Amino acid sequence: MRTIAYRDALREAIRDEMRRDERVFIMGEDIAGYGGTYAVTKGLIDEFGEKRVRDTPLAELVIAGAGIGAALGGLRPIVEIMTANFSLLASDQIINSAAKWHYMFGGQAHVPIVFRMPGGGGAQRGAQHSQMLETMYAHIPGLKVVMPATPYDAKGMLKSAIRDDDPVLFVEHELLYSVKGEVPDESEEYTVPLNRGIVRREGRDVTIVTFSRMVHICMQAAEDLAKEGIAAEVIDLRAIRPIDLELVMDSVKKTNRVVVAEEGWKYYGTGQGIAAMIYEHAFDYLDAPVGHVAGADVPMPYSKPLERAALPTKADVVAAVTAIVPARQAAATPTPAAAGAR
Amino acid sequence: MTQVQASRPTRKSHSAPAEERERFLSMYRQMVRIRLFEEQVNDLYKTARMPGLAHLYSGEEAVAVGVCATLRRDDYITSTHRGHGHCLAKGASIDRMFAELLGKAPGYCRGKGGSMHIADQDTGNLGANAIVGGSAGIATGAAFASKMRGQDRVAVCFFGDGALGQGLLYEVMNMASLWKLPVIYVCENNLYNEYTHYTETTAGALTERAKAFGIHTDAVDGQDVRAVYAAARQLVDRARGGDGPAFLLCDTYRFYGHHVGDIQRTYYRSKEEEEHWKTQRDPLILLGQWLSAEGIAGESDLEHLRDEARAEVEAGVRFALDAPFPELSEVDQHVYA
Ligand SMILES: Cc1ncc(C[n+]2csc(CCOP(=O)(O)OP(=O)(O)O)c2C)c(N)n1
Ligand SMILES: [Mg+2]
Repeated sequence: MRTIAYRDALREAIRDEMRRDERVFIMGEDIAGYGGTYAVTKGLIDEFGEKRVRDTPLAELVIAGAGIGAALGGLRPIVEIMTANFSLLASDQIINSAAKWHYMFGGQAHVPIVFRMPGGGGAQRGAQHSQMLETMYAHIPGLKVVMPATPYDAKGMLKSAIRDDDPVLFVEHELLYSVKGEVPDESEEYTVPLNRGIVRREGRDVTIVTFSRMVHICMQAAEDLAKEGIAAEVIDLRAIRPIDLELVMDSVKKTNRVVVAEEGWKYYGTGQGIAAMIYEHAFDYLDAPVGHVAGADVPMPYSKPLERAALPTKADVVAAVTAIVPARQAAATPTPAAAGAR
Repeated sequence: MTQVQASRPTRKSHSAPAEERERFLSMYRQMVRIRLFEEQVNDLYKTARMPGLAHLYSGEEAVAVGVCATLRRDDYITSTHRGHGHCLAKGASIDRMFAELLGKAPGYCRGKGGSMHIADQDTGNLGANAIVGGSAGIATGAAFASKMRGQDRVAVCFFGDGALGQGLLYEVMNMASLWKLPVIYVCENNLYNEYTHYTETTAGALTERAKAFGIHTDAVDGQDVRAVYAAARQLVDRARGGDGPAFLLCDTYRFYGHHVGDIQRTYYRSKEEEEHWKTQRDPLILLGQWLSAEGIAGESDLEHLRDEARAEVEAGVRFALDAPFPELSEVDQHVYA
């Protein structure tokens, strides 16, 4: 094992897959000579040349569209969209074409393409540069949406995404690129499936379901909660479409209380979707309404104090948990009434 | 203007009519304000009093100033991520600009917008859009509103060479030409889209794009504010007079990096290239030389203008540093009308 940064893990995944499969190539704005806005593709041009590491015009719609065409033409494109915000310009091609080609044409062709992009706020970039848009894509049948939180998963899931035969939205986070974590040695081949979440921390009092950067915030919250005697189980979904519902349900059946935590907007979003799935499939197991921590329901403000107030924090997670977990629940044994209700 | 009058008696005789002299002196003043504003922004960033991602306009001042000098206060502009110069040239005040950059309550957008998002309805600045090319539709629509309402306002859409990659640019030019809208597309070609030379991202001749839509097209040296002004004057007058849209290509250069944090630049542009533009093609130097050659202003007059601007910038940044942050209750204000 080594400790490397998230961005380096991504680069290793791209490099490995480009070595493995000559159909794989990457294109995007300023990714070749410059090495990408977040330095993910730095140096790849030296090994693979301009042919397979391509700077594109500043034109997200054509980057996405040409990527889809290249996939239909037998290549396996990785498309870097500089930030998720700009993917909105590409979203027609992603949603109207990539997501539908396989189904609409009766399964004739598939579209093996990865759209990589970071979302997220917290760096005072303002409303047009701070969005979490995964929900929009997770809504679309035909797309896979993955959101790794650690370097290990970033590498393993990007490799899986490149090998996958469907279009994958690979949503990174601007504030995750420098996060470090353990990753197997370079010689050690591994992948992480695109449809499996993981329990990051076990607990029996409450389940916190989360993904992407919020995983780290929820882990810190769980630490704080432990000091108050509340044992929180933290589930990192890793992918939101398809979602590992089984993992969530198993945990809910154990803890009977859930908080869903995400950075994105609350209404009509991923968190509410998960809450609805829990109500639908595990209503009888719940001892409290599902708690929900999300970003404020506003475009991201620029001003530092306002931005801080708009982003979900550790304190928000702790508050959401304590709102639904009775004090000292961990110490108490379930009352007969509560047990009977199950 | 007092300093101009004060310098009059020392002036040698010249041919430029008074109105023209005053116009170019005021353009010099505007360009200096922008230059010093941007230097202060860079300093705020370097001393960690402002977050990154400010895109400085230094070097490109002649474009915004030359174009905006042809506009009325009620004419519209749309701006970009590199927008400070557009805002100031259209009439924004320095103190409220700084306040916005620092996320303070008296900022133009009450701290909600920041460097990449300044709008000032009072001076016709519809807003800076941080989505490259994102305002092309908005400028076109504002021009449409003017025409539809029987007004004679024009709209100017500023954008960089990079925006020529975006399909929207071509869609709007098609509409503007068909509908004969009073909009002027001003392309600031500073040679780079971020860190890539525009010739690597942009095929063909830039002006041919507009011509293909039957749009009146002109190209000027964007470092020569008098040339920019002369060209823009003609295009704005045409548009105002009902003759439809125009496209103005301005060749220019940003003296700093793509954004304030971009300091290691040699891998994408040479030090010699930067030096050439800074020493031979600085719009302030060029106009200053002309002003003194014409006997309109001597070095001491220009120094006076610079001192005035410096004082304004210093007062502005002090105002912003001392200003309060917005109340936290403002977070969910302004989501809806
Ligand atoms: C749609 C979109 N894609 C990418 C970006 C990231 N980005 C910001 S500025 C820029 C380059 C813009 O180049 P140009 O239009 O020439 O303007 P300049 O910065 O040179 O003034 C890019 C790619 C963006 N803001 N919007
Ligand atoms: Mg440019």
